[in-house]
Amino acid sequence: MGDVLVFAEHQEGHFPKTTLVAVGAGLELARKQGGACVGVVAGARADELAGELAAYGLGKVVVLDHPALTGRLADAYAQALAWTVSRLGAETLLATATAAGKDLMPRVAARMGAPMAADVIAFNDDASVVRPMYAGSALATVELQGKPRVITVRATAFEAAKPVASAAPVEKLTPEFDAAALKMRLVGFNATKSDRPQLTEASIVVSGGRGLKSAENFKEVLEPLVDELGAAMGASRAAVDAGFVPNDLQVGQTGKVVAPALYVAVGISGAIQHLAGMKDSKVIVAVNKDEEAPIFSVADYGLVADLFKAVPEMTTEVKKLKHA
Amino acid sequence: MKVLVTVKRVPDPATTIRVLPDGSGIATDNVKWVINPFDEIALEEALRIKEKLGGGEVVLVAVGEPSWQEQLRTGLAMGADRAILIRAAAALDTLAIARVLAKVVNDEKPDLVITGKQAIDDDSNQVGQMLAEMLGWPQATFASKVEISGTECTVVREADGGLETVAFPLPAVITADLRLNEPRYASLPGIMKARKKELKEIAVESLGADLAPKVKLRTLTPPAKRQAGRKVASVEELVGLLHSEAKVI
Repeated sequence: MGDVLVFAEHQEGHFPKTTLVAVGAGLELARKQGGACVGVVAGARADELAGELAAYGLGKVVVLDHPALTGRLADAYAQALAWTVSRLGAETLLATATAAGKDLMPRVAARMGAPMAADVIAFNDDASVVRPMYAGSALATVELQGKPRVITVRATAFEAAKPVASAAPVEKLTPEFDAAALKMRLVGFNATKSDRPQLTEASIVVSGGRGLKSAENFKEVLEPLVDELGAAMGASRAAVDAGFVPNDLQVGQTGKVVAPALYVAVGISGAIQHLAGMKDSKVIVAVNKDEEAPIFSVADYGLVADLFKAVPEMTTEVKKLKHA
Repeated sequence: MKVLVTVKRVPDPATTIRVLPDGSGIATDNVKWVINPFDEIALEEALRIKEKLGGGEVVLVAVGEPSWQEQLRTGLAMGADRAILIRAAAALDTLAIARVLAKVVNDEKPDLVITGKQAIDDDSNQVGQMLAEMLGWPQATFASKVEISGTECTVVREADGGLETVAFPLPAVITADLRLNEPRYASLPGIMKARKKELKEIAVESLGADLAPKVKLRTLTPPAKRQAGRKVASVEELVGLLHSEAKVI
């Protein structure tokens, strides 16, 4: 008993790092609960992907096979995942708190009448969990009473699972659907085109804030540094709000949470809402002309300077370093 | 078209949050209370839908203490037609809130419910999705564009790695993300008018929803503080240190 069912989200035919983190967290929780960790895959190319997932130390991989699961629509997936939890008798349903995890998991929880904790950063030995509240200004210890229960984990708080020698068995299940209750249609997906690493996967992130003043400056001033470092580009909420960059670059309480080896904050004042999304980065660099900016209180290296002068200089220095 | 908008009272985002020494909650002295910013975006969208269709009703609903009237009045001043405060003394978990809202929806029968994508106090991001499931309605979370044509609704959503478009028949639940719109300020005439608008209070117990808590908050602790490092004098020094000391480039 005490089995953990991990929802293995995939994007464009592969598992992002955030999914391997869910598996890593699921394995940890299953050990604590004395149960098995089972992965569940659905949607396009699910068979192939299940084979891939089977290498990551799971007890079993379940493929959900049904035409209603082709697009990842919340009404269909809530039915299918609740059905799977019940069919397998799993104690915990777990996913990473990605946009898809946040969209689906509460709906599954409601279908099962199950308690849910979002964005969990630690599992305690007494079955309680820890999650941030108030943009990370408080850490809450929470008990979820009754089974099953639903948990989303923060991608930066757990290690990604690693492949092991033996492959888990794969089982195909066809969930039962109340087809009349499926009312949503997927019209299309407009992918953000970028050759850069993804924000949640990159080892270096360079983020810009309101200090950059315009979308053009993101392109002309910040992007050369981003690319010279082979980094992902991020932004503060203020920069997204001002329309300088798309929302999926937002780092912070209401955007993405990242913890790269190096985080460079350019023209970002460092409101608590932004710090919530990056303060667990290994090394933080802040470039800001206001020496009182709160970002300096979390930065390992702070440079008080005009970013329009400092950032091009940084690009040049990094280039020199690479050719040294 | 009748649109129901959920409202939560939260600390102003600019407030510094301090955890009480006994871990039972946060210090609320000197806290300025506001409408959850994403709920303001939800309300703005409802008002725009009403204006565009040239009619209908925008109803606010909150589940909280009598003090929450203040935020409902602000919402009425922005342009909502009336408000309902479901009075609940103790804090309810997300499932219970969704069950209470489902009861209100069954009474009010709106064509659309818009919630903020998350409340910025507990950061749960759950109630809209839970409500949609309980009602058996379609959901569109993290909406950045909403189009309504008759009883058909098309929503552009902020997904990982891009924008997803979904479509469904109404009624439905939509949760508002940052770029959906820029909320208006309450005008002076709006504030005057709001005083005369209906604000109905209902005791939560009278709705008959299952309120049994399943999520128990045991304690709050302040997070570990990250130490500030040092200031560097030049770009050259910075890049040098990142290479030779931090070894990250």
